Amino acid sequence: MTTAPHPLPPTAEYPASGPGRPHPLSHLDALEAESVHIFREVAGEFERPVILFSGGKDSIVMLHLALKAFAPAPVPFSLLHVDTGHNFPEVIAYRDRVVAEHGLRLHVASVQRFIDEGRLRERPDGTRNPLQTVPLLDAIETGRFDAVFGGGRRDEEKARAKERVFSLRDEFGAWDPRRQRPELWSLYNGRHAVGEHVRVFPLSNWTELDVWQYIERESIDLPEIYYAHERDVFARDGMWLTAGDWGGPKEGETVQRRLIRYRTVGDMSCTGAVDSDAATIDQVITEIAASRLTERGATRADDKLSEAAMEDRKREGYF
Amino acid sequence: MVSITTGDQPPDAQVLGATSLLRFATAGSVDDGKSTLVGRLLHDSKSVLTDQLEAVEHASRKRGQQAPDLALLTDGLRAEREQGITIDVAYRYFATARRRFILADTPGHVQYTRNMVTGASTAELAVVLVDARNGVVEQTRRHAAVAALLRVPHVVLAVNKMDLAHYAEPVFAAIAAEFTAYAASLGIGDIIAIPISALAGDNVVEPSAHMDWYGGPTLLEHLETVQTGTDPSTDPARFPVQYVIRPQSEEHHDYRGYAGQLASGVLRTGDTVTVLPSGHTTTIAGIDALGTETDIAWAPQSITVRLTDDLDISRGDLIAAGPTPRPTKDVEATVCHLHERPLRTGDKVLLKHTTRTVRALVKEISYRIDIDTLEQRGDTQELKVNDIGHVLLRTAEPLALDAYADNRLTGSFLLIDPADGGTLTAAMTGESFTRATADPVPAPAEHPSDGPPPARHPQRPASRVNHGTIS
Repeated sequence: MTTAPHPLPPTAEYPASGPGRPHPLSHLDALEAESVHIFREVAGEFERPVILFSGGKDSIVMLHLALKAFAPAPVPFSLLHVDTGHNFPEVIAYRDRVVAEHGLRLHVASVQRFIDEGRLRERPDGTRNPLQTVPLLDAIETGRFDAVFGGGRRDEEKARAKERVFSLRDEFGAWDPRRQRPELWSLYNGRHAVGEHVRVFPLSNWTELDVWQYIERESIDLPEIYYAHERDVFARDGMWLTAGDWGGPKEGETVQRRLIRYRTVGDMSCTGAVDSDAATIDQVITEIAASRLTERGATRADDKLSEAAMEDRKREGYF
Repeated sequence: MVSITTGDQPPDAQVLGATSLLRFATAGSVDDGKSTLVGRLLHDSKSVLTDQLEAVEHASRKRGQQAPDLALLTDGLRAEREQGITIDVAYRYFATARRRFILADTPGHVQYTRNMVTGASTAELAVVLVDARNGVVEQTRRHAAVAALLRVPHVVLAVNKMDLAHYAEPVFAAIAAEFTAYAASLGIGDIIAIPISALAGDNVVEPSAHMDWYGGPTLLEHLETVQTGTDPSTDPARFPVQYVIRPQSEEHHDYRGYAGQLASGVLRTGDTVTVLPSGHTTTIAGIDALGTETDIAWAPQSITVRLTDDLDISRGDLIAAGPTPRPTKDVEATVCHLHERPLRTGDKVLLKHTTRTVRALVKEISYRIDIDTLEQRGDTQELKVNDIGHVLLRTAEPLALDAYADNRLTGSFLLIDPADGGTLTAAMTGESFTRATADPVPAPAEHPSDGPPPARHPQRPASRVNHGTIS
């Protein structure tokens, strides 16, 4: 693999330009080829893989890549949605539409059911995002899933920057950053004992901008909340939160109608909106390229809890 | 209240236009300032966003530090921040107007060989950092040796802390000459040396005002412009079969496609190919590139191939064209041992090569390489963690292996512990740089290995990069 560097001299067989000439893949093509490789490795090596699907842009891109990886056959995995009970209605509608369109099988793990059954307690701050871990691990155990795809990206957060593409989790779903397997070349080791499972992150090497540029290139449909719209919101901890029967606003918090959009989709209690008039994908991409805030910094309350909030949650089995 | 932009930052259309991707790795010893360099690269290329910088400023203040500690940008784990060290490889992402970058940030401290091998396995370029006051030390030679072993095509020597060496040219020139001679003797093709100060920001992103004598590019400029990749049409085609796609639907009743990622070369409809290890030949009937039919595909595309003959082909087989490797059960490889548990003669292991996993026996540990002197030490029955050595293996089934020198993907494999699935050893088929040390391979003509380093740098072009556009 140490032959002549580009640019290549044109030959009769490969003209100087045009679609028929081998050339270095663009960054999106290279990332796509790598992610598809990861999906196919899992399909080849595991018995019961499942795709975590939240209806957010990363899991939507993940599903799109899986559809391409196995075309013209159907995706050989089912979907798992961890339903916090505080979902944006537009996102649930999107989820059900996608499942029906592609004939997929959907498992739902419900935080509300765990609370109703007394297996989980509501937190004083009303945030349900960290509560997802228990129903998630329960669903993995009862579904006997041995590989669980997550849409996590290493650029999102500094603990995630340390994550492997194939991440072995013990019988408690725990991540131990000091005991990770080295990962070399594109050789992924999926070996695991009974009870253990592997979290797989096919979007590890994608950035937020890559995801959006890919959504644009592939004309992928997203839930409307990613684009600017008017919505009733109120201010809490420096973020715009959606008013709703999940528990906001509290006394002293006032609702106002604003032009906003979401940069990430999660639990309504901790996912903030940003002021924006970006109503098309081009406008969203322009806005993100100019942003001086990370997507989690701008919109996720739960990551502000401590310097190592994500690491701590991942150690407990969060994805 | 959160506003998505601060308003004073114009949208950066140029970053949006950059489409080429460079994967590179950094290596440096303790206190060479690697974290500062990475922090500087991210910061000065405006890849650090406001909230990340605020978090670093906050954490630095909490620790009683006067200035923001850029190393905190990269130390992501609780234990790393507590101890002020980097424990594990981390991946960073940034972009300029010219290129997107994936940086494997490999720690210099703990288990350095293992971590650097991990980072270098996917890198097209390695940055080796030295302290200008100390020059080339044992650790520097080790980093160069690992880069050569992993066949990283491009190496940059970043001579750091030039501010503490009075920005003196002779200091730099001596270190650069010593390093390039050594690295060239290991067979590294493209070597460049750059004098920098990560702390002061000299020649990292911005050209230095203190080193007029230096005529080469800044580190970032070199990363942006280094020519990478190979011409797929000159490499023999290698296509490990990952998965067989059989829709068995009404519409695609007879569809049978072999899915995989092209490890090298080009495949076209009508090409004659050999399926290994069986050795059957057949013809490519069609190629599907993720759902779209095409008549040509090249590395590293992920595709699905249809063949004219109905052969028994499954995951683990290799579809190959051009000079094909002869399948063998006797495998010779240079290895880096990764696990705390040693690798011993007589061990029964699993061997994962491309998409194929087979049982294997460690027949012989021929020698261990002293990575500092490159001497071969034959007096060994085992390889410990971070050891590099040469082994002979016998596999239960034949494998179609290329030499690692010819193909980094079909020439590499892992040894796996059959008991708990742990990754034990990273292996590269064939001889490694041992050949180069016995008989130094001269660097390619365009990069002569002798002569003072500054002379080898391309003259700074008249139209220097306008650094104002990089953000």
